[in-house]
Amino acid sequence: MSLPALSSDITFNAVSKFSEPVVAAVEPVGQYFLAHATRTLQDRTWSEYERIKAEKASEEQSDDADDSDDFDEVTDEDLLKHDPRDWKTCDLYAVLGLNRLRYRATSDQIDRAYRKQVLTFHPDKQGEKGGFQDGFFKIIQKAYETLTDPTKRRQFESVDEAAEVKPPSGKYEFFEAWVPVFSSEARFSTKQPVPELGDKESSREQVEDFYKFWNNFDSWRSFEFLDEDVPDDTSNRDHKRYIEKKNNNARRKRKTEDNKRLSDLVKKAHSEDPRIKAFKQAEKEEKARKKWEREAGARQAAEEAKAKAEAEAKAKADADAKAHIEKAEHKKSKEAIKSAKKKSKRGIRNAVKESKYFGDDGKAALIDADIETLLGYYEFDELVSVAEKVEGASPEEVKNVLQESAKKSGKTFVYF
Amino acid sequence: MATIGIAFGNSTSSIAFVREDGKVDVIADPDGDRFIDSALSYVGSKEYHGAQAIGQLIRNSDNTVVNFRDFIGVPFDKIDATYSEHSAMPINVDGKVGYEINGERITVDEIAKRHLKHIAKDAEDYLGEKIEGVVMTVPFDFTKEQKELLTKISGEAGLHVLQLIHEPSSALLAHLSAKEELLDDKVYVVADFGGVRSDAAVIAVRGGIFTVLSAEQTSKIGGSELDSALMDFCAKDFKKKFKTDATTTDRSYAKLHAACLISKKTLSNVESAPVSVDSLAGGLDYHTSINRMRFEVVARNVFSQMAAFVEDVIKKAGLETLDIDSVLLSGGSSNIPKIARNMEFIFPETTTIIAPSLDSKLQNPNELNCRGAALQASLISSFDADEIRQSQEPDVISTKQLSQPIGVKGANGEFITLLPKNTVYPIKKVISLEASADDVLVELYEGKRTVKETVEEPEKDEEDEEDEDDEEDEPDIIREVVYVPSKLLGQLALKGAGKGKKVDVIINIRKEGKVQLTARAGSAVAKGVIV
Ligand SMILES: Nc1ncnc2c1ncn2[C@@H]1O[C@H](COP(=O)(O)OP(=O)(O)O)[C@@H](O)[C@H]1O
Repeated sequence: MSLPALSSDITFNAVSKFSEPVVAAVEPVGQYFLAHATRTLQDRTWSEYERIKAEKASEEQSDDADDSDDFDEVTDEDLLKHDPRDWKTCDLYAVLGLNRLRYRATSDQIDRAYRKQVLTFHPDKQGEKGGFQDGFFKIIQKAYETLTDPTKRRQFESVDEAAEVKPPSGKYEFFEAWVPVFSSEARFSTKQPVPELGDKESSREQVEDFYKFWNNFDSWRSFEFLDEDVPDDTSNRDHKRYIEKKNNNARRKRKTEDNKRLSDLVKKAHSEDPRIKAFKQAEKEEKARKKWEREAGARQAAEEAKAKAEAEAKAKADADAKAHIEKAEHKKSKEAIKSAKKKSKRGIRNAVKESKYFGDDGKAALIDADIETLLGYYEFDELVSVAEKVEGASPEEVKNVLQESAKKSGKTFVYF
Repeated sequence: MATIGIAFGNSTSSIAFVREDGKVDVIADPDGDRFIDSALSYVGSKEYHGAQAIGQLIRNSDNTVVNFRDFIGVPFDKIDATYSEHSAMPINVDGKVGYEINGERITVDEIAKRHLKHIAKDAEDYLGEKIEGVVMTVPFDFTKEQKELLTKISGEAGLHVLQLIHEPSSALLAHLSAKEELLDDKVYVVADFGGVRSDAAVIAVRGGIFTVLSAEQTSKIGGSELDSALMDFCAKDFKKKFKTDATTTDRSYAKLHAACLISKKTLSNVESAPVSVDSLAGGLDYHTSINRMRFEVVARNVFSQMAAFVEDVIKKAGLETLDIDSVLLSGGSSNIPKIARNMEFIFPETTTIIAPSLDSKLQNPNELNCRGAALQASLISSFDADEIRQSQEPDVISTKQLSQPIGVKGANGEFITLLPKNTVYPIKKVISLEASADDVLVELYEGKRTVKETVEEPEKDEEDEEDEDDEEDEPDIIREVVYVPSKLLGQLALKGAGKGKKVDVIINIRKEGKVQLTARAGSAVAKGVIV
């Protein structure tokens, strides 16, 4: 949008007052209302009010814990003379004298630092001393505005090079060198608290958690602060879009680079971490030991199995042998019985023959038949005892023994 | 010691606080709910709160108190007890609203106090520190007496109220802070569709300051009416299937309500949802599935009333939908996609509808109130009580505002707005324009609202030509608000600006109404004052 050409010869012409205002209630919410309220209440111009507030606050302050040591004086001439239009290129923490605290500064400290600067650099004060342009005061206000707005503060912090701690190189003590690096990077974490690097004594779990956290680091770091100013609505729209696009691309590129930078940094730390090395070594040893143990186990198992197999084989052999012996013995005894039976039977038959069939020769065939029946009937024990009884006995006795046992057998005989 | 924001609603209450890093967190109660039901229930001497109390509606409805916030500070004979029908009914306790719980008469003040005690405890348990102060939201129509009483009750519940702020302003503050759009001068409608009431306000945002141009509330439309529509549908369906009425006892009513509530909320996210009730009535189970379209049909009356309600509030402000830059949907029911679609339908394309179904990255509409309160709490936490009190005094709140927009006339005769209507002054504003010649004229004007109608011929679609009934081919008339220069306030010449160079035009209106106009291009500067 543009302004028309001047066509008449005027410098300024007040024509009319604007229409009667309406009186309306506003909603008492939000920071802009509060600014309005404070101004109205004080009924003073803003800067006067600020100064009074700052003075009042610093009076109260003097009773508080003295932390003025945390604040630095601004002595850098270049900073003091910086063009306020380029305030974005200033070190905003240095502007407030917070060179050392930086991202660690609490909002309370920022407030106090600001008050202190207002007291020193307010144009009125400087006038008294015949000092500076009010340029630096504007930068102070910008710095305060930026650092008290959480979003803007993050944007500035994202590009606060002075707070960056470069990863070490060359020869260095691991923990001494890396602790500050990680504690500086930690401010970008959306997840808080951030695990600490720890020390030599840290447990393996702690160390692993630490690297796991950093490998999955969720960073809020962003690069709007380096944007090229977007011209406002009034100028060329295409140009505006072009700049916006350019800014977006630049932001994205920087973010990608930053992610890579961080990931390289974590990789480097990890690869140089003596604890990781120690853990790896321990792991290796543990592995070897485990392997040995595992093998030892296998060996033992094999031995046991072998012993068991041997024992089993032996037991089986023993059992076999025993069975064999038993069988043999059994066989032997069976044979013995058999021969004993034969012998006894023969003895009984002989005794009958020798006793001449008890004088009954004529009935020899009948007697033999009865004897055979009797022998078939005898159990082994009786057979033996009868044979013993008849051996060498008189014909009378033989006849009696046999007749008795024939009667006992209950069988039918012809002779007996 | 922490300061927090609390949204105390009829249906739900929620708690938020601003973290160290400036982000706002909404706190969950021990059951994990971020929307804590504003409900209490008593079984013998045992007290249930939140969702647990709602659970008691099935078995113990007579001793369960819900939807009580709006009764605070209202005489018994002035209340509408419609929404208590299926829970403990309000009774008259010395002219105040009260309840009879297990034979004991308890005032609504006491109920509110007990509820807020739970809220305070939830917040303290979560934060692990004492609550130093709270900012609480109240509806725009809460009376001074109601506000004073609520402040007192909160104090007794252990919550020191730093400030009570209006719900629509709180929601808008939450939204604009998150988007960093506080300084965009725009006119908003904040439409809050809650459970048993809905609210709408037209708010002008000028230089980050909010002015409510009109506000409306109704207890006739809200989530409850949507629940009823859905329940009616199910009850009819149940009756058809089983010839049994499912709405006769409080118990089956509560069961069906609970099930429909779940389905309704589910339908905000997915296309179809089951309704499932074991032993709904007469020992019969009820299982069905309902899709979004069906829901939108059975509840279409409620939805169209909601849209009409928003149109009303705009009319009340003396505006048209054309004048509204954005509609911010807040409240639990605003999760429903159909509501956002209806808004898109009644507003022109130039109006942005801010609703979760249209932009999934938005904050939950049900959290806006408490988030705004938390932001406000954090903003005022560094002020002392006296300053906070004074900042709300009438002479601070009532402001002088421009009744007409002020701007400059552009090279094409157009009105370029510097300060829109309703801008609070004193104020200073700068815009950058381009010089169309070496010497330029800066003419300061008041603007007049006109409506420009552009006829947009429908694009002829080649294939469509054969179509007989081409209703589509009616020309669209696009209406838009255009301001034109009307009353000349002053003229300022800037010589030596340099053709094509950037010119800063600075307007500064003082408290007494003195206007200082400055034009600057490089080292060329011109100034004038209109008294
Ligand atoms: N996701 C959702 N979809 C649809 N309705 C919802 C959803 N979440 C909550 N609701 C409804 O919103 C209403 C409560 O809104 P809320 O803003 O908490 O009310 P109030 O401000 O009156 O306490 C209830 O009717 C509830 O059913």
